[in-house]
Amino acid sequence: MTEPDNQPANQPAKRFDDQWDDHPAAGADEPVSITAYPNGPLLVRGTFEILTPTGEVIPPRRKTVALCRCGVSTLKPFCDGSHKAIGFRTEPEPPAPQPPLPA
Amino acid sequence: MSAALLELLETSSTATETDLAATLRERTAAALGETADLLQDDDLQTALFLAYELRYSGLRGIDDAWEWHPEVLALCASIELEFEKALRERAPMPELPAPGVESVAAALFELTGADTGPSVSRYMAKKATDEQAHEFLILRSIYQLKEADPHSWAIPRLRSRAKAALVEIQADEYGGGRFDRMHSELFARTMRGVGLDATNGHYVDAVPAITLASSNMMTMFGAHRRLRGAIAGHLAAFEMTSSQPNRLYGNGFRRLGYNADVTFYFDEHVEADAVHEQIAARDLAGSLATDEPELLQDVFFGAAAGLYVDGLAGAQQLDAWTAGTSALRAVDTASLPA
Ligand code: FES
Repeated sequence: MTEPDNQPANQPAKRFDDQWDDHPAAGADEPVSITAYPNGPLLVRGTFEILTPTGEVIPPRRKTVALCRCGVSTLKPFCDGSHKAIGFRTEPEPPAPQPPLPA
Repeated sequence: MSAALLELLETSSTATETDLAATLRERTAAALGETADLLQDDDLQTALFLAYELRYSGLRGIDDAWEWHPEVLALCASIELEFEKALRERAPMPELPAPGVESVAAALFELTGADTGPSVSRYMAKKATDEQAHEFLILRSIYQLKEADPHSWAIPRLRSRAKAALVEIQADEYGGGRFDRMHSELFARTMRGVGLDATNGHYVDAVPAITLASSNMMTMFGAHRRLRGAIAGHLAAFEMTSSQPNRLYGNGFRRLGYNADVTFYFDEHVEADAVHEQIAARDLAGSLATDEPELLQDVFFGAAAGLYVDGLAGAQQLDAWTAGTSALRAVDTASLPA
């Protein structure tokens, strides 16, 4: 019996399911991703815990959460959409064109 | 003509079916020809709503086979043609951005942020009476008891990043697979908490045409592959105008003395929709318009139409309330709790 070329002969053959173990988006150990949404919150996906300052776990209400980074949410640490009302900007305004330096 | 539709759906004899179908076609054509405003036409919007309901939970006592019956499909098509035309003519379109995730998301945030529609949410927070709060839930029940379903039609019609984004939003709408966390179920709990009947369709006859039009618009956008840009834009605009109003609705019910059983639905939406609006604007609408630039126009049409119709519905509701009258079509006070 021959092993497939790409598999070392001294390792058990891979089951179909095992391929998911290498995939970052599956399983309980899935790494956390944090995406910064422009002018808005940080979206956190994956397996994570959010703790209070005294270490208690804030029970997760959903798989993907939005963390406030504008500081005005009434639901902190979560975003409640208030960043729009205060015109929160994460990107600096493009600098005003400078007058050319005198030669 | 909605009566003619029901007569057809209730018949079980093929002999009368032909006659009833002919009558229905005639009445539909006449109603479409005569209507002063399709968005405000109780009869036509009810007929479309009933025909669409065959695609959702069905109609009690009506054979499910009618869902795909050519007469029913023809009825939908004839109303949809005029309905879409009216929405395209009347919903004010913003200037279109270049197709791109950033540009589309930014333009959607600008469009929804500029929406200065009348504020039912502020009224609910500060002024609404208990009776008006009941009316508010009755009006909402038309869509909210099947919350998320019209947008789910789009899942198999999208590909790639946009599909994944829609699934991420919808999974959360359906409670992450937990029945008691499904948003439609949370809404039913709110209704029961104030003593209303949460049976799907219970209040259809009590709401004005514009409320049915709002729901019909979503089904029309969702159930046509051709309009997948519009349903994506609709969802984005819907989510982007939701967090803050829901906070105010919750405050209104708290002011009226209701507990967390009633307000949880609203509080949940403040947090959920702040997540959804980001995903919907960028990953759904932005990606879709980038991957299929020919859909850019429809993404904004869907958003604009949603804001327009819901703006009309809100204005009517507020006008009625501030005039001291009911916002419902036919108030059957006996069915409302005292
Ligand atoms: S980032 Fe959304 S409220 Fe702060």
